[in-house]
Amino acid sequence: MDILLQLIVSGIAVGGVYALIALGFVLIYKATSIINFATGEFMMIGAYFFYTFMVMIGLPPIPSFLLVMFSSALLGLFIERAILRYMLGQPTISIVMVTIGLSSILMGLAEIIWSTDFKSFPPLFPRAPIIIGDIIVRSNLFWGFVAAMAAVILFALLFKYAKVGVAMRATAGDQMAAFSMGINVRSMFTVAWSLGAIAAALGGVIIGNIGGIQPTLGGIGLKIFPVVILGGLDSIAGAVVGGFIVGLVENIAGGYLDPYVGGGVKDLAPFVVLVLILLVKPYGLFGKEDIERL
Amino acid sequence: MRIGDFKQSYAADEAVFRSGTVRVWLALLFAALAVFPFLAGPYLLYMADLTGVAIVAAVGLNILIGAAGQISLGHAAFVGIGAYTSAILTTRLGLPFLVCLPLSGLSAAFFGVIVGAPSMRMKGLYLCIATLAAQVIFDFIFVHWTPVTGGIRGINVPPPDIFGLKLDTEFKFYFVTVPIVILAVSAARNLFRTRVGRAFIAIRDRDISAELMGINLFQYKLYAFATSSFFAGVAGCLQVYLLKIVTPEHFPLHESIRYLAMIIVGGLGSVLGSIFGAIFMTMVPEALQSGLALFQGLDDKLMSYLFPLQTVVFGLLIVGFLVFEPHGLAEIWRRIKDYFRLWPFEH
Repeated sequence: MDILLQLIVSGIAVGGVYALIALGFVLIYKATSIINFATGEFMMIGAYFFYTFMVMIGLPPIPSFLLVMFSSALLGLFIERAILRYMLGQPTISIVMVTIGLSSILMGLAEIIWSTDFKSFPPLFPRAPIIIGDIIVRSNLFWGFVAAMAAVILFALLFKYAKVGVAMRATAGDQMAAFSMGINVRSMFTVAWSLGAIAAALGGVIIGNIGGIQPTLGGIGLKIFPVVILGGLDSIAGAVVGGFIVGLVENIAGGYLDPYVGGGVKDLAPFVVLVLILLVKPYGLFGKEDIERL
Repeated sequence: MRIGDFKQSYAADEAVFRSGTVRVWLALLFAALAVFPFLAGPYLLYMADLTGVAIVAAVGLNILIGAAGQISLGHAAFVGIGAYTSAILTTRLGLPFLVCLPLSGLSAAFFGVIVGAPSMRMKGLYLCIATLAAQVIFDFIFVHWTPVTGGIRGINVPPPDIFGLKLDTEFKFYFVTVPIVILAVSAARNLFRTRVGRAFIAIRDRDISAELMGINLFQYKLYAFATSSFFAGVAGCLQVYLLKIVTPEHFPLHESIRYLAMIIVGGLGSVLGSIFGAIFMTMVPEALQSGLALFQGLDDKLMSYLFPLQTVVFGLLIVGFLVFEPHGLAEIWRRIKDYFRLWPFEH
């Protein structure tokens, strides 16, 4: 029983971070209908930005954190302006491939700039583990969860109340109507990419703080697909719920099944869940069903 | 007068070769392919065999994506299924190469149908991610089902023999690869002259219209998955016998992406494009390596940048082609051909 509780708690903690990264993905998908296969690499680059500012330049954590947000927003803006803008109206496969190509470029650049060596951040939080009842949570995991949840809530508020958030929702709902109401749809695309990049980068900093960073960190980005499909590609609430479900599923399945098959269940389980969900509810839990007419 | 697409009869429109000259060029190509192994060294022949494998797989993927419009991120998994099938059949049952070849195609096609089954309920991005899941799941099975697949150590395969002739060198293997490639390419080319191939194109262009015209969507989507996976399986079988070993490392997600890159760079929906793309994407990493080797004297660390540099160039190629030349090398080739065909006039 203790093991189960322990697995549930770490599942929830990891799920919070997944939710944040998935949010970065959903923001972009909602506004632009582009599925961003480079989300994982945005995350990885964000973690390296943080490493650069804090360890290589030597800034204190909070300014580094703000600089990470600023530079990843610039990265998102640049990528949208330089590449994705030309892909509007192209077939799905082309758009998917452009983001895959992008992820390849980012990964290669990270290897060239920061080398393939494993790196870790200096301790940001007190090392003592957090103890809740009988359960022990690693402090990095706990504070990571808190930070991720805070970011998710901030993004949700921004989306709900801020002017730019309302404009983004309008763009996502009906581009033509938004355009005729005086919303600059193109700049909304740029905003969506910048916000998406920020959310992914924050997730990357948190994950990097938990387990260290490497150019292959972006591989975690693959898990975002089960998360967002589970919740529905265009639903923010779905991203959060999906994040927790995937975090729980992979921890519980990994904890109980790994000894029998020799590891790796953690990476597999989310995809098995994904297939099952797709068979039952192809548009996820909260996704919008496409209705097509000729 | 020689102008753009002017044909005077249905026969001319349906002809396999547009003019007699094409036949001459094709004969020259075959002659070149036949002479090549006698001039080239083992390395070039190995590259040629590797390219052949890539061509078969890329042609298969292009049928699924370029022609039928069904995205798949799991092509490497099907190549892997073909590879493991032939490796297991050879080492356990001792079946000969020529029997393994169609069997590995069929087994990949079988799994292709299973993976393609959800395509009835979803399409586009959702299908893309469903096939991504298939890739991850098959990858897991290759690594973890040790009693059958040999785990991460893989299975060693003896060199194939055909009617007692051992194909233990690249030179001999070349003469198996090239006919299979030619067979695969002409099969794909002729597929689009049949009802099935036309139905694929109709589904890609507008699936609802296709259904109204009496095409059973589900059935034909499964045909597309089966055909594409059959090609992948055959490519997998060739690859096993060429490398003489099969391990899970040969079929990661990145390999699926490489096949996708081939058909993007070559040209979606074009058989010729798949060939160009496969050759191009197999040659570029090698070219990069020899390019870097030229400058090796200047900086000792240069070679350590090779792998990241290959990753960056790979990404740049995909992005560059999609942004600047979405129809790929096949379109460039067509423009060059038209230029000479219409010369000295512009149109």
